[in-house]
Amino acid sequence: MNAMNAMNASAGPVSENPDWDSGTAELGHMFKPGELDLSHKVVLYLEEITVSFDGFRALNKLSLTIDAGELRCIIGPNGAGKTTMMDVITGKTRPDDGKAFFGQTLDLTRLSEPEIAHLGIGRKFQKPTIFENHTVFENLELAMKTDKRVWRSLLALLDSAAGDRIAETLRTIRLTAHADRLAGLLSHGQKQWLEIGMLLMQEPKLLLLDEPVAGMTDEESERTGELFLTLAGKHSLVVVEHDMAFVKQLGGKVTVLHEGSVLAEGALEEVQADARVIEVYLGR
Amino acid sequence: MSSSPARTPFIVRLGRSFDARSWLLVGLFAAFALIAVPIMHLLLPPENPLHLSTYFITLTGKILCYAIVAVAMDLIWGYGGILSLGHGLFFALGGYTFGMYLMREIGRDGSYQSDLPDFMVFLDWKELPWFWTGSEHFLWAVLLVLIVPALIAFIFGYFAFRSRIKGVYFSIITQALTYAAMLLFFRNETGFGGNNGFTDFKRILGYSITAPETRVVLFGLSALALIGTLLLARYLVSSKFGRVLTAIRDAESRVMFIGYNPLWYKLFVWTLSAMLCAIAGALYVPQVGIINPSEMAVANSIEIAIWVAVGGRGTLIGAVIGAFIVNLAKSWFTVSFPEYWLFFLGTLFIVSTLWLPQGVVGLYRRLRGRQTSAPDSEPAAAAQGPSVTTVAAATPVTKGAGA
Repeated sequence: MNAMNAMNASAGPVSENPDWDSGTAELGHMFKPGELDLSHKVVLYLEEITVSFDGFRALNKLSLTIDAGELRCIIGPNGAGKTTMMDVITGKTRPDDGKAFFGQTLDLTRLSEPEIAHLGIGRKFQKPTIFENHTVFENLELAMKTDKRVWRSLLALLDSAAGDRIAETLRTIRLTAHADRLAGLLSHGQKQWLEIGMLLMQEPKLLLLDEPVAGMTDEESERTGELFLTLAGKHSLVVVEHDMAFVKQLGGKVTVLHEGSVLAEGALEEVQADARVIEVYLGR
Repeated sequence: MSSSPARTPFIVRLGRSFDARSWLLVGLFAAFALIAVPIMHLLLPPENPLHLSTYFITLTGKILCYAIVAVAMDLIWGYGGILSLGHGLFFALGGYTFGMYLMREIGRDGSYQSDLPDFMVFLDWKELPWFWTGSEHFLWAVLLVLIVPALIAFIFGYFAFRSRIKGVYFSIITQALTYAAMLLFFRNETGFGGNNGFTDFKRILGYSITAPETRVVLFGLSALALIGTLLLARYLVSSKFGRVLTAIRDAESRVMFIGYNPLWYKLFVWTLSAMLCAIAGALYVPQVGIINPSEMAVANSIEIAIWVAVGGRGTLIGAVIGAFIVNLAKSWFTVSFPEYWLFFLGTLFIVSTLWLPQGVVGLYRRLRGRQTSAPDSEPAAAAQGPSVTTVAAATPVTKGAGA
């Protein structure tokens, strides 16, 4: 609870520019800082989102609300629309219909991927996506929250505060010893951790994690769970996962997706007891 | 990273992009091009075995210009992953814009003794077309060389990259672009001499263009331009910009999701690359004495890619080596066995693709046993990167400052 209050306090002044222009693509003010407004303690708000691909409804009037600081797990059978939902939130896919807001004011359906990333939504892909020809250190350096325009990158120097942050993240993801190795040489689990580390470097308000423990050993998976639990409160997390032991470890509210909309929502035990859920997912 | 604590001047950082050994090589090369070549060409009598012939100066000067183009190509292809098969266009445009000035410098010494360039008299034009305005001024010509090809590249690149055109599709479109430009320049009505282009140059800044001294100066300028290009390119690829660029090459979607807009990164390197080609073209034309639309032929642009592939992609110096190897071979073949040149070029491309994926530089590194596992990683660039050991050593002092 204290963490929640801290979050609200740190969210800064309430945004007064609801008509923030998202369409700009000029060099000068592409990353005009929109401010995240958490005044209603809601970080993500999806209402009746519909996405169709060639007549197939990947998302069918999906409505979902994530509170600030919450750790939410999303489960559901293959094709339930979990990845499409993340695509909508991060600007990769435009919904045919419905609303998607980040905080109270930021309309996600009108922003581009880099703009959304810059506002504070970080995404981890299902398959680890890192820069294999860069070192672990460089991967984190590139992800670090900073001015990401061309001119800045041309002249950027790493200062000691940035170095400290990278070193700290390296410790968090336990890759300090591998900092100078090429990321492509890491094990699968280490790559997953590196990608999580890159997300942390972005200082996102909301983390979207698509199957973060896939391919990890039980021990690695448990450590990942511990990490996520320490992040919750400071950040909001949405975790898509099939591994029920992992979902249980996280212990937060669980949302079950089925055929593109929410089937059930609640604590894991409640959801597992739900007859409809057993029918479509757990019972099989 | 608001403001860096150690405000290192840009020029110092530029200097640090080369290591000591590279600087030594650059210094030796500069001394050779700017001191030894003039002496060996101008002062030594032709009988002296160390005398450099006019043939050597023009051939090498020409290849120096090609080497600049190759480095420009390596920047976007080797580091940005964007294969342009239309780079000959920017080279030719640089040559044409500077050629306009050279045409005006002929003055009344042309075949028709007119103020207008010969081809315009031949077409019975009475006055200069509007776009020839100011072409008699050297500085205006230099300005146009820097601006016109860059502007065309910027506009083309903006729409291509904004539409997220990538890979082979981009290559094909650039090919079509240079082909279309070639057809346009072949027309007499376009106002650039049609089929014959520009030739019969007499003077540059009042000096005879064929004088040995002029040749030596142009040679020296080409050498300096190549050094400048290499230095700039080395700085770029060892800066954070370069790391973002290679990241875009390897995983563009990840780059977007961490908040970079690849459009501006690609557009910057693309436009810069076009500008470098234009500078090379402007230095090339006075040395070879002719520019015509065949420079825009698709085959020429493909050849540029072959230079880079042969030398080694993503190494910069490999591009220079490749440009020299292929062009020296070309000048030998086209004299000795002209009909086999294209077969040789094709074979060279196949061999380097199949057995030398990292080109000559890759082969050298393998022989030296210092091959790294990453195809494009650079020992020099890696050495420039931030060292983790220093960071780790510094952390205990400031520990706890982070979130």
